[in-house]
Amino acid sequence: MQTRPLIAFADVGKVYPSRDRAAEVVALSDVNLEVPEGAIVGVIGKSGAGKSTLIRMVNGLERPSSGRVVVDGTDVTALDERGLRQARRSIGMIFQHFNLLSSRTAFENIALPLEIAGLDRAALAKRVEPLLAMVGLSDKRDRYPAELSGGQKQRVGIARALATKPRVLLSDEATSALDPETTDQILALLKTINAELKLTILFITHEMMVVKKLADRVAVLEGGRIVEQGTTYEIFAHPRHETTQRFIGAITGAQVPEWLAAKLRPQRQASDSAVLRVGFVGGDADQPVLSRLSRNLGIDVNILHGQVETIAGRPFGSLFISVSADADLRRIMEQLTAGQNTVEHLGYVA
Amino acid sequence: MSPEMLQLIANSTLDTLVMVGLSGLLGTLFGLPLGIFLATSRANELFAAPAANRILGLIVNATRSTPFIILVVAIVPLTRLLVGTSIGTRAAVVPLTIAAIPFIARVVEAAIREVDQGLVEAARAFGASPLQIVRKVLLPEALPALTLALTLTLVSLLGYSAMVGAVGGGGLGDLGIRYGYQRFMPEVMAAVVIVLIVLVQGVQTLGEMIARRLDKRSRKA
Repeated sequence: MQTRPLIAFADVGKVYPSRDRAAEVVALSDVNLEVPEGAIVGVIGKSGAGKSTLIRMVNGLERPSSGRVVVDGTDVTALDERGLRQARRSIGMIFQHFNLLSSRTAFENIALPLEIAGLDRAALAKRVEPLLAMVGLSDKRDRYPAELSGGQKQRVGIARALATKPRVLLSDEATSALDPETTDQILALLKTINAELKLTILFITHEMMVVKKLADRVAVLEGGRIVEQGTTYEIFAHPRHETTQRFIGAITGAQVPEWLAAKLRPQRQASDSAVLRVGFVGGDADQPVLSRLSRNLGIDVNILHGQVETIAGRPFGSLFISVSADADLRRIMEQLTAGQNTVEHLGYVA
Repeated sequence: MSPEMLQLIANSTLDTLVMVGLSGLLGTLFGLPLGIFLATSRANELFAAPAANRILGLIVNATRSTPFIILVVAIVPLTRLLVGTSIGTRAAVVPLTIAAIPFIARVVEAAIREVDQGLVEAARAFGASPLQIVRKVLLPEALPALTLALTLTLVSLLGYSAMVGAVGGGGLGDLGIRYGYQRFMPEVMAAVVIVLIVLVQGVQTLGEMIARRLDKRSRKA
């Protein structure tokens, strides 16, 4: 499926100049990123990390100060305004705040890119009706955005972005203004579109949950640089950069829960138990590791906290356990490290 | 009131409507494009031309800060050139239009600037040209605000049109000054004021009604 990159950033940098050199803002530097054809790639970063600038370079809403951005074989950084307008018709985009025209109905909003492309009325209707059906809004055809819910608005936004049959869909925080349930529905719709229309999707987000549910690959942006990138599973399983670890920790339970952190102490006292964190980063989350440990070594295992998720179709998570500190910790850890698990001795609790 | 007097009031009302309608129309013809340009020509905007924007902005401000009565007198040569005379209803249309253009330009600019920039960005992302963005995004989205802006303009022009009466412009203002004031006919003055109040109310109510019908933003789901 992943044949050649449909979008490729090569050494891209962006500096917002200022009269005062000290006030110059470096939005992006040394960005190298490839989006394989048919893939869903996410870029995650905090606000101000440069995500918006990055995604807007794909359709030329922002121009890089250095480097090149190639989309479907065309260097968009070399295009003039006219060429860009043409190129933009094969690049759809959806937005955090939907950006629907309040003066147009759902139908008319979806028709807008087609009108811009110069389609006549008959051809337009023939294209818009199936799109309305695809996003499940045929009954809202003549409703104005003010009459639609957030999720419905984003569906109109998605249909509008697909109107000109683009090869690429850019998603600018498309679910950030939606509640969790609606977010899931929109993410599912994007996945369906990706699978059925073979549409390549590049999205930006500040939520690791969205990456987890949507992306095949992910790049982590921090201070205008990509600090880490890889398949979603790799990134979740072996986050190397601190920023990545923080993003992941927030959703996978890899962070020590507060109540436990408060009780943990580095030195053992009297009848303390040892606290271990077991990370499931391989295919072993469905193995009976704990009961095996208990049976083999004849010890009691107490589960303190845990969360196991499925990421990119594979189990992943963290388990916080306590065992008697009198037991042979080294052997316990050896047992647990079998497979692709990681084990860490965090300290002691009473 | 004598039938002649009523006829006079009716004629003056018609003169006023013609003056206001014509100058409103001509003012919009020039003021609307000017307003659109002012709203889209700062640095990094659709038709970025910051220098032209600043110069036009200065001219607009200068015209707007000239008291209307002085403007009327000051442009008499221009009025003569354009309509061949500087007195009467036709002549009054010239200063009214000149005053209306910068007024309309500013209210149009404000209305267009109210349109969410996200919509402009979306349209650009779909490959729209700057002109398409004006036609398909800015104007339709600003239409309710533009309607209110035009309403405000017409009401202001009604007030201005009464002033041109002072320099022989005709219309209700002229009638009020010549008959109501100079000939001590308070009933004529009262009639003029009442007609003006009715006209202003009518224009305002109609404008607000149309703007409400055009505005799709407040519909409930």
